[in-house]
Amino acid sequence: MHQVEIATTREALLDAPEMTLNMGPQHPSTHGVLRVVLKLDGETVIDLDCDVGYLHRGMEKIAENRMYTMIAPYWDRLDYIAAVSNGLVWVETVEQLMGLDVPRRAHYLRTILTELNRIASHLLWLGTHAMDIGAVTILLWAFREREEILKIFERQFGARLTCHAWRIGGMPNDAYDGFVEDVKRFVDYFPTRLDEYETVLSENRIWLSRTVGIGVISAADAVAIGLSGPALRGSGVPWDIRKARPYAAYAEMDFEVPLGENGDTYDRYLVRMEEMRQSRRIVKQAIENLPDGPVNAKVPKLIKPPVGDYYHSIEGPKGEIGCYVVSDGTQQPWRVRVRPPSFINLQALKKMSIGHLVADVVAIIGTLDIVLGEIDR
Amino acid sequence: MAILAPLNLVNDLLLRLFSEPTVNFVIWPLIQVGLVIVITTGWVAYATYLERKISAFMQARLGPMRVGPWGLLQPIADGLKLLTKEDFIPENADRWIFFVAPYIAVVAAFVVMAVVPFGPDWAVITDVNIGVLFVLAVSSVGVLALILAGWSSNSKYALLGALRSSAQMVSYEVSMGLAIIGALIFARTLSLSGVVTAQASNSIWFFFYQPIGFFIFLISGIAENNRAPFDLPEAESELVAGFHTEYSGFRWSLFFMAEYAAMVVVTAVATTLYLGGWYFPLVYRLTEAHGWHNLYVAISVIVFLAKAGLLLYLYFWLRWTLPRFRYDQLMDLGWKWLLPAALINIVVTALGAGVIQGLDNQAGMRTIKSLASGLGLTASGKVIAIVFGFGNLFLTAGILSLINWRARDFNLKKQRRKIRLVDVPKGKPAVVPVTSE
Repeated sequence: MHQVEIATTREALLDAPEMTLNMGPQHPSTHGVLRVVLKLDGETVIDLDCDVGYLHRGMEKIAENRMYTMIAPYWDRLDYIAAVSNGLVWVETVEQLMGLDVPRRAHYLRTILTELNRIASHLLWLGTHAMDIGAVTILLWAFREREEILKIFERQFGARLTCHAWRIGGMPNDAYDGFVEDVKRFVDYFPTRLDEYETVLSENRIWLSRTVGIGVISAADAVAIGLSGPALRGSGVPWDIRKARPYAAYAEMDFEVPLGENGDTYDRYLVRMEEMRQSRRIVKQAIENLPDGPVNAKVPKLIKPPVGDYYHSIEGPKGEIGCYVVSDGTQQPWRVRVRPPSFINLQALKKMSIGHLVADVVAIIGTLDIVLGEIDR
Repeated sequence: MAILAPLNLVNDLLLRLFSEPTVNFVIWPLIQVGLVIVITTGWVAYATYLERKISAFMQARLGPMRVGPWGLLQPIADGLKLLTKEDFIPENADRWIFFVAPYIAVVAAFVVMAVVPFGPDWAVITDVNIGVLFVLAVSSVGVLALILAGWSSNSKYALLGALRSSAQMVSYEVSMGLAIIGALIFARTLSLSGVVTAQASNSIWFFFYQPIGFFIFLISGIAENNRAPFDLPEAESELVAGFHTEYSGFRWSLFFMAEYAAMVVVTAVATTLYLGGWYFPLVYRLTEAHGWHNLYVAISVIVFLAKAGLLLYLYFWLRWTLPRFRYDQLMDLGWKWLLPAALINIVVTALGAGVIQGLDNQAGMRTIKSLASGLGLTASGKVIAIVFGFGNLFLTAGILSLINWRARDFNLKKQRRKIRLVDVPKGKPAVVPVTSE
C-alpha cells in the first residue's frame, strides 16, 4: 500500500512545510479503529494513507475450520450494524451450493427483515454522519427509530445487534405473534420521522455548504475503484443487486433505485435518505403479501455441499457484500472469501479527500459509511 | 420597602464600625464583588445543567436525573468529581504555560462582570466610563489563554485548535466592535450604565434602532465564544477536543467554566446594549414612583437576568440544531458578510442620526427631545430612527448580495438537487422464490 513519508528527525520536522497528522486509531470520528495518516499543508490535505487491520480476527481462516452451520454467527460480526444482511449472504450462498429450495414465506420474511436492517443501518449512518458534521441532535433522533427496529429484531431473533438471524434452508423460527402488527406500525409512522430529518438537514444552509461539492467522485472513477451501494449510486451509476440479480423475494417487489448526479457527499446523503423510503416501500409490500406456509426447507442433518464453488452477492446497506465458497465435499468449506463493500469503498477515500480540508475528511469518512469490523474481518 | 430594609440596617451597622468613605468605596464594593462572583459561578454551573436538560428535551431524552430531584445537584457532583481527578500534565508540555493558561481564561471571562450593570444604583459594581471598551479589551485576552493552552500542550490537535481559535476570535472581534458603534451613536456614551439609562429615559430598546447591529453582535458573540455552530477550535469530530485536548480534571473544568462565563458575559452585554438592560416598561412607575427603591433595584436585576437568560437559551437552541461550519466558511461569514454589514450599519445609522438632527426645528418639527442622556428622541424622531434601522435590513441584504453573488455558497438552496428515481430493469434472479408449495 502507498505510504505517507513521515519526517522523523528534528531538522526534517522544522524544515517540512507540511504537517503529518495521525488521525486514529483512537479518534472520535473514524468510526471504529481506522487510522488515517494525513499530510497537511495548513489544513489542506495533500496526501493521505489509510492503515487498517486493528480489528483483524481472521474470519476467513476461522471459517475453514468450522462446519457450515457454525460459520453463520461469525458473519454477524463482519458488519455488526447490518448483521441480518451479512447472515443472509452466507446462508444463501450455501443454499445455492447445495441446491436447496427455500419456502416462499421464508423468502418474504428475509426480505422484510433485511430491509428493516437496511433502514437501521442507514439510520446509524445518518446519525453518525450528521454528528461528524456537528448536528448532534440527529444522532439521538435516528437512534430513536433504530430502537424500534431493534425491538422487532429482539423479539424475532432474541438479539439486537448480532442476531444470527437465519439458518441454512430457512429460518430458525416462524415470525413471532404480533410481528405483522409491529412492522406495520413502524412502516406507518416512519415516513413522518424521515421528513423530520430532512427538515433539519436537507435545506439547512450549513449542511449544504458542508456537503455540496465535497468528496466528488465521477461515475467512471467509482466503477474503476469498484465502489458499490449508495456510494456508487450517488455518482449516478444505476447498479443495484436487488434489481440486477434479485435474491430473496426482491424479484416480486416493486421499487425504484435512487440515483445522484454529481457524486458528492450531498448526493450520497440524498440517495441514502431516498433508499430508506424505498426500503419502507418494499417492507410494506412484503408484509401485506406475506404468504402462509412453512419457513424451513427439508435440510439434511449434516450439511455437506457437493464439490464445487459458488459466488453469491447481495445488496447490503453498505454495498455489494459477496461470499465465495469453495467446497471439497466435506462438512467444512475448503476456502471462504468475503467481498467486503466497506473495504473497497474505503479505497475511494484518498481520491475523494485530497485538496479538501481536515473537516472534509471527517465528512467523507462519514459519507463512505464504513464499518471496521468488515474492513478488517 | 419592608422586605429589603435589612440592607439599610447593615449599612448603619457598618457605618458604626468604619468611616463613611471606607464603607462606600471598600466594604460595599467587596460585598458586591463577592456576590457577583458567587452568582456568576452558580449561573455558570446551572447553565451547564440547563444546557444538558434543554438538549435532552430536544433529543427525546431525559438528561441528568439521578443526582438530586430531576438531577438538580448534577453540576455540584460534576464539580466535585473534577476536583478530585488527577491533574495530568503531558511529559513534553511547557509546564509553566500549561499551568497558567486556564487561569487566564477564567479571569478574562469573570473580570468583565465588574462593569456589567445588573440593575440601577447598588446593583452595579463599578461604572467605568469606557465600559464598552473595557469589555472588548478584556474579553479578547481570553484568546491568549487558548493560544497558550494549545501551544504548551505540545499536541498537534491542540495546536490546530489554538490556531483556529486565534484566527476566529480575531476576525470576529472586528465585526463585534463595529456592530456596537451603531448603538453607541444613540447612547452617546461608552459607559454601560449610561447605555441603559439612555434606553430607559427614552423608553425604547436600542434593538429597534439597531436590528442589524444586534444580530451581528449576537452572531459574532457566539463565534467569539467558540460555541456551535462556530465551535471549530474544539470541533470534537475533527480535533478531538481542540485546544484543551490534553487538559484534564480541575484545569479542564476551568476552561469549561471560562467558556460558560464568556457566554454569560456576551449575553449580558448584548442585553445591556440592545435589549434595554435592566429597563422594562412600567417597573419604574409601579415601584420607584411609590418610593420603594430597593424593590425597584431587585426587580430590575430580575428583569436583566431574565433577558440574558433568554439569549442564553438561544445559544443552547442553536447549538443543538445546527451543524458546524467549516473553517474557511467561518472566515467567509466573518469577513464577507458580517464585516460589510457592520460597516453599512455604521454608515446608515450615522446618516439616520444626521437626518434626525437636520429635521429638528425644521418647519416646526421636533425630533430631538433632549441630549441629557443619550440621543433623546421625540415620537417622530423615534419613527425616523426605526425606519432607518429596519430599512437598513433590506439595504444590507441588497448590498451583501451584490458583493457575494459570485461566491460558490451564495444561494445554496437553489443548488439543492432532487434525487432521480430510476426503475432499473430486473435481471435474471439469482434466487427464485418457489411458487408451488
